[in-house]
Amino acid sequence: MDFAVLMIFATPVALAAIGEAVGQRAGVINIGIEGMMLAGAYAAMVATQATGNPWLGLAAGGAVGVALALAQAFFTLKLAADQVVAGTALNLLSIGVTGTLFQMRYGASGDLMSLPKLVAAGAPDPIAWGTVVAAALAGWVLMRTRWGLAVRAAGEYPRAIEAAGYDAARLRLQAVAIGGLLAGIAGAHLAVGINGSFGENMVAGRGFVAIALVTFGGWRPLWVYGAALLVGWADAMQFRAQAMGLAVPYQLLQASPYLIALAVLVVVGRGARAPASLAVPYRREK
Amino acid sequence: MRRALGFAFVASGLVLTLLLTLVAFGLPVGESVGRIVEGAFGTQAGLSRTLVKATPLLLCGLGMVIAWRAGMYNIGGEGQFIVGALAGAWVARLFVGLPGPLLNPLILIATALGGAALAAFAGWLQVSRGVQVVISTILLNFVALRALDWAVQGPLQEAKRQLPLTDRLPRETMLLRYDPQFDLHAGVFVALAALAAVWVYLSLTKSGFRLKVVGENPGVARAQRIPAGRTQILAIALSGALCGLAGGIEYTGMTGQLGMGFPQDWGFMAIPVALLGGLHPAGVGVASLYFGALFAGSEQLQRFAGLGSTLVLTIQGVAVLAFVGFDAWRQRGLRAEDGA
Repeated sequence: MDFAVLMIFATPVALAAIGEAVGQRAGVINIGIEGMMLAGAYAAMVATQATGNPWLGLAAGGAVGVALALAQAFFTLKLAADQVVAGTALNLLSIGVTGTLFQMRYGASGDLMSLPKLVAAGAPDPIAWGTVVAAALAGWVLMRTRWGLAVRAAGEYPRAIEAAGYDAARLRLQAVAIGGLLAGIAGAHLAVGINGSFGENMVAGRGFVAIALVTFGGWRPLWVYGAALLVGWADAMQFRAQAMGLAVPYQLLQASPYLIALAVLVVVGRGARAPASLAVPYRREK
Repeated sequence: MRRALGFAFVASGLVLTLLLTLVAFGLPVGESVGRIVEGAFGTQAGLSRTLVKATPLLLCGLGMVIAWRAGMYNIGGEGQFIVGALAGAWVARLFVGLPGPLLNPLILIATALGGAALAAFAGWLQVSRGVQVVISTILLNFVALRALDWAVQGPLQEAKRQLPLTDRLPRETMLLRYDPQFDLHAGVFVALAALAAVWVYLSLTKSGFRLKVVGENPGVARAQRIPAGRTQILAIALSGALCGLAGGIEYTGMTGQLGMGFPQDWGFMAIPVALLGGLHPAGVGVASLYFGALFAGSEQLQRFAGLGSTLVLTIQGVAVLAFVGFDAWRQRGLRAEDGA
C-alpha cells in the first residue's frame, strides 16, 4: 500500500491518539474521545455545508472538540466525577445527539452526502503531514519544556506539583483541552479530509482504537503515531492477505496491535510507563 | 427510606430527561410519548420486545454492578459478551448430538465461563501487573471482535461454508418461547434469577461484603485482612460471567447463530444502565426495564418520526451527566456539613 495513502487514512486515529496521550500524561483518561471525534465530524459537515469551505469545517470540528473537552473537564476536574463515567456519558450524548440531528435533517436512511474535500484525491494532505508535526511537537513539549514536565507531574503525583506552586487542575484542564482540540480536528478530517461525507456513528470505534494506541505507544506521542500507522497497515492488509491466501488469518494481524500492547503490559507491567495517577481524580487538600 | 427516596428521585429524573430530550429536539411530546409507550407496552409484541431488550441490559448491568462496586472499572462487557457467546457456539458444535434440553444449559454454562475467563485475565493484569482494567478491557474488546470475525469464517463457520455465520441452532436447543410468534423467551427468567442471586450475594454473603469493602475503602479492607487482589479478580470474573451469560442468552434466545452482526453494544449500554440504577441490583432491574422499553418504543417512533435509538442514547448520556452532577453537588453539601 502506498505510504502516502496509508498516512492519510491513519491521520484521524493518530491525531486523536496524540491528543489522548497528552491528556493521559496529565492523569486524565478521556473515554469520551470517541464522542468528541463524532461531534467534530458532525460540526465539520454542518460548517462545510453552510460555508462551502472544508477548512472552516475543520476549524468548527476543533472548536466543538474543545467545547466538549471543557464540559468533560467540568465534571471530572471541578466536580471530581469519575473519568470513566463522564467519558462514557459524553460518548452516549454525542452519538445520540449527532445521530438524532442527522436523522432530522436528512431522514433515517443514514444517507451519505458528498461534501467538498480539503484537498483533491492524490494531492498531499496538509493535515496528514501536520499530524506528524503534531506528534513530534507533543513529544518535545511533554519531555523538554517546563510546562511538559509540570503536566507529567500532574499525571504522576499531583500533590507534588501543587507543592511546587502549580495548579494541578489547571494543568490537567490545559492537557484535556488540547486532547479535545485534536480529537475534534481528527473527526473533522475523517468527514471532510477522507470520506467527503458524514454518516451516523461514522467514527465507528476509532476513538477507542486511539485509547488503545496510547497504551501501545507507551504514552510517547511519536511512538503512538507509529502505532497508528501499524494499525492502519494491518487493516489495509486484510484485503491483500485474503487475495494472497496467506496462511495467517488476517484477523490475527488486525488484532496484533492490541495483543502486542497486552503482551508488553503483561511483561513490563505498568513499569515506569503509565502515569501513576491516571484516572485518579485529584482533590486538593484544604 | 432514604434509598426509596433516592430511587424515586432518579426515576422521576429519568422520565423528565425523556421529556426534555423530546422538547429539545422539537418533537411533539404527547404524541411521541404515546408512540413510545404504545410501542413498548401497547401490544403483546411490544411488551415482548421490551422484555427481550431489557434482558441483556439487566445481565450485563448486574455484571457492571459487581465489578464497579469492587472498584474494577470493567468496560469490557462487550468483549466478554462476545467471547462468552463464542465459547457457547464452540460447545454447541462439540456436543452437536446431545438433546436440546441438555445442550442448552451446557451452552449457557460455557458462555458464562468464557466471559469470566476473559474478565479474570483483565483482573489479573491489574492486580499483579498494575495495568488498569479500563485500559486492558478496551484492548480485549478489540481482540474479542477480531476473534469473532475469525471464528465465523474459520473453525465455527457453518457447514456449508458460504456465509460468515455459525450453524443455526436447532429449535430444541434454543431457549423456550412463550409463543413462537413473539421474541419473548425463557432467558428473561434467567436474568431475573441472576438479579436475585446478585442481590443476595452482595447484601447477605461474606464474600459480597468483602467485595464492597474492597471497593469502598481499601484501607479498611487492609485492616480487616481482606485479600484485596483476590477479591477484585473474583469480582471482575463474576462480572464477566454475567456478561458472557448475556451473550449466551442472546445467542440461544434470539439469534440462534453468530455473525459479525451479533454484538449489538449491549455490553457498552449496560454501563449507563448500571450507573443510573445506582449500582444496586434492584435499581439496575428497573433501569434496564426502562431502557429496554425505550429501545422497543423508539422502534415504533422510528416508523413515524424517523427517529430511532439515537434518542435513547441521548437520554442515557444526559441522565448520567445529571446524575453525576447531582451526586457531586450532594457530596459537597455533606462535606460542608462535616466542616460545620
